[in-house]
Formats: sequence, structure tokens, C-alpha cells
Amino acid sequence: MSAVLRLEDVHKSFGRTEVLRGISLEVAAHEVVVLIGASGSGKSTLLRTINLLEPIDDGRVWLGDRDISDPRVRADAVRSRIGIVFQHYNLFPHLSVLDNVTLALRHVQGVDRAAAEQRGLELLERIGLASFARVFPDRLSGGQQQRTAIVRAIATNPELLLLDEITSALDPELVGDVLALVRELADEGTTIVMATHEMAFAREVADRIVFLDSGVILEQGSPSEVFGAPREPRTREFLARFL
Amino acid sequence: MTGDLDQEARRPSDIELGRRAFRRRQSTRSVLVSVASTIVFAVVVWLTIINTPGWARVQSTFFDPEVFVSALPRVWDGFLLNLRVLVFAVIGTAVFGLLIATLRTLRGAVFFPLRALAAGYTDLFRGLPLIIVLYLVGYGIPGLRFTEERIPAEVLGTIALVLTYSAYVSEVFRAGIEAVHPSQRLAARSLGLGHYKTLRLIVMPQAIRKVTPALMNDFVAMQKDVGLISVLGAVDAVRGAQIEVAASFDYTPYVVAGVLFVLLALPLIRLTDWYSAKLRAREQMGSIV
Repeated sequence: MSAVLRLEDVHKSFGRTEVLRGISLEVAAHEVVVLIGASGSGKSTLLRTINLLEPIDDGRVWLGDRDISDPRVRADAVRSRIGIVFQHYNLFPHLSVLDNVTLALRHVQGVDRAAAEQRGLELLERIGLASFARVFPDRLSGGQQQRTAIVRAIATNPELLLLDEITSALDPELVGDVLALVRELADEGTTIVMATHEMAFAREVADRIVFLDSGVILEQGSPSEVFGAPREPRTREFLARFL
Repeated sequence: MTGDLDQEARRPSDIELGRRAFRRRQSTRSVLVSVASTIVFAVVVWLTIINTPGWARVQSTFFDPEVFVSALPRVWDGFLLNLRVLVFAVIGTAVFGLLIATLRTLRGAVFFPLRALAAGYTDLFRGLPLIIVLYLVGYGIPGLRFTEERIPAEVLGTIALVLTYSAYVSEVFRAGIEAVHPSQRLAARSLGLGHYKTLRLIVMPQAIRKVTPALMNDFVAMQKDVGLISVLGAVDAVRGAQIEVAASFDYTPYVVAGVLFVLLALPLIRLTDWYSAKLRAREQMGSIV
């Protein structure tokens, strides 16, 4: 089976700081890949380069059989095939919860309002927020906002879902609901690349754990391999902080 | 939510009741003090003015009730012209200002001339006094002889007002656009929205909300500057008053025009204050400082 996403020797610098130093990674369809690593190891930057929110300095990124690092590729078209959820939800405060969810359907895919709202309400129903469809996001708790952001990202059925530390800004008691939704999506076969510090969750849901350190992939493997018997001293040192 | 219900049901403690009684006494006292000090202040000002040697003459030349009543119809007719000019100038400024602000956000090398033009425009017209713009437009544009017929002075005046105020208003819009957090733009682009849709659907609505109080303030300033179109010969409230003054040798008609302008401004000023307070309350949600 061909890969949904393939990165070949990707490099990225901000000024003189080299954030990604040659990343190669392949993600198969229905696979859940979890990126772990210290803050500043390049997890967020990696996710952003996949979504073309950051241009890369070298290497190639393939989405399906298309080289999306080619500057002639229309970035907007690529982004509409990839969903991303950010740490701070980034819901649009001037739009209702439902309009947030249906924005891409209506204004990127050109679905008419009635059909888009039906799909939007189904998604909100699923996360138990249908009764909040017409209110503004500031009425929701952090966990509710983040779940809304997740269904906003999957409303257009993207081929790939990127999750960038989506529980880091939440109170501990709100994390559970958000992770439960991610687990559901993973069980349904959504292809996911996520950066997280939730090691217990990573161990349970991930097909593969990728440990990033200073912009390189130091170690990767199944959760039992990486968590159970890490080969690299750096990985052991990093994981020890979570025990 | 539940906290409110609990408080309703519970009888406050004696300490809390004592505090409330104390606060009530304090607020009654401060109301009385402010009323008394206002009265004293007004009386002192009034006595000072009416005891100046020239008060009797000033009173009869500026505040003559008979002249006030007789001048009112003509000044009012002129004032209606000011109102019409104001309506068109506000709409024109909002549209043109927004256009200039949008031009300045354009990326890409192709748009350099437009960006530069917009930047030069705001620099130029924020520096030029309105009265000079009025003369340049009022006498310059007819000189170009675009049309056979004479362009009415109020139309030229409106153009001059729009040119001057758009320069300020576009800067206000631009500040609003820059005040929208970059993460909002990022989120919109990540959904696949292009530059223009992001600007139209996500950035602009939030920017306009942020700068509405500042915009309303600019329009308050504009509502009094519409009186300046009289220099081009338009018979507005100011020119109407001038005609009345020339007939009666009494300055009361100017006071009539002034009163009308203030009456027009007051609702807009109150609306601006109310809206700013509402925005502030929403941003500070629950905190009292």
C-alpha cells in the first residue's frame, strides 16, 4: 500500500537555528504516528511544514503521489486535503460554533449552506455540542472548544489529520474528552500524525512512536519497543521524566 | 451559576448586612456631596460671567431669543444640507478607507505600485489641512472641466471630506487588521482558505469590531467639519447663519448653528461611549478593575 505522507530529508531553519535537520518519515494509510520529544525538538515545525504553513529549506514532502514541496503546487488546495488542530484551538471568535465547523465546507469546497449545516450538526451531535451550535465559542469550556476545533478540521474529510499538542493548554480534567475523540477517530481509520506529551495515551493509541531530538528522528518503533526498551540513551533520559 | 442560586436562598450574615448598610450610607453621602459641589460651582461661574462689564452687550448680540427664533428656519434648512453631506461622506469614507487599508495589506511584487500609492495617499492627506483640500478640490476639479454643467459646491465639499477623512480612517482599519492575532489567519489558511477569503471572512470582521469605537470617534469629528463646506459657497447651516448675521448685525444665528451641530453630535458621542464600554466589559468579563 502506498504511503499517505512521505517526507524525504526535510530541512528547516529559522534564521541561523536549524530546527529540522534531515527528517525522513513515511506514514501509511490508517496509521497513527505519535511524535514525542522535548519542547523545541521540532515537533510543531514538522507538522506545520507538512501543512505548508512553513516553507521548507530542503528535501521533499509527498502527499499521496504528489510532491507538495514543489513551489508550483497551490498551497490552498493541499491544505484543504489536510486537517490540523492547534494547541490553542484557534476557533474564530466572531463566528458561531456551527459556522466555525462549516466554514471550510462552504467557502473552500463550495458545499451549499443547508448541506454544510447538516454535516456540521451531525459532527456537533457526535461530540455532544449540538445544543451549542448557534452560540459563540467563548461560551464553551477549553475542552469543548478543542473538540469543536477537531471536528472543524475533519469536516471536509481530509486524507490526513495533524494534531499539534492539542491537550497542552487544557486543564487536566478536560483532557480525557478530547483524547477520547482522537481515539474514536483513530479507531475509524483516520490517518493521524500527532505531537503530544500524553505518554499514556501515545502508548495506547499509537501504531508507531517517533522520538524527535534536536531536529532529527533519533528513534522510532512500536509503542512497546520505544517505551518498553528504548535503544538510545537520550530516549531513556527523556522518557524517565514522565515516570 | 449555582453560586448565585445559593446566595438567593441564604440569608446573609450580620457582618455582610452591616457592610451593605455602610455601602448604602456611603453612596447616599457621595451623591449629596456631588450635587452640592455642582451647584456651588455653577453659581460661581454664573456670577463671574454676569458681573463682567461687557456682559449685557454680549448677551444681546449672542443670545438674543428673538433673533434665535427668527434665524432658526434658514439655519435649519442649511443644516439639512449638512446632514445630507454627512451621510454621503460617512459612507464614502468607510468604503474608500477600507479600500485603502486593504490595498496596503496586499502581498506580492505586482502590487507594489498600489501599496506605494496607498501609503503615499495616507501620508499626504493626513498632513494637508482640510481647508486647503477644500479649496483645491472646490476650485481645482471644476477647472478641469469634466462636465459642461457646474458641479454643486456640496458635492465638491463631500469629495474633499472623503479624501481627507479616508486617510485617517484607513489607518484605523489598518491598525485593526494588525491587531487580529496571527493565529487566526493561520487557522483560516490551514483550512484551505485563500488570502482574500481569509481577509474577508476572518480578519476584517474581527478588525472592524476592534476599531469601531475609534471609527465612530472619527465620524464625530467629521460631523462638525461638514460645516466647513460653506467656504465653497454651499448654503449650509454655517452659511445660512452668516446670511442671517449680515441681515441683523447680531451673532445669535451662529449660536443657533452651533446648538444644532452639538445636538447632532450628542447621540453619536453617547453611542460611541456606550459601545466602547460594552466592548471593554466583554473583554474583561467578570473582573472589576
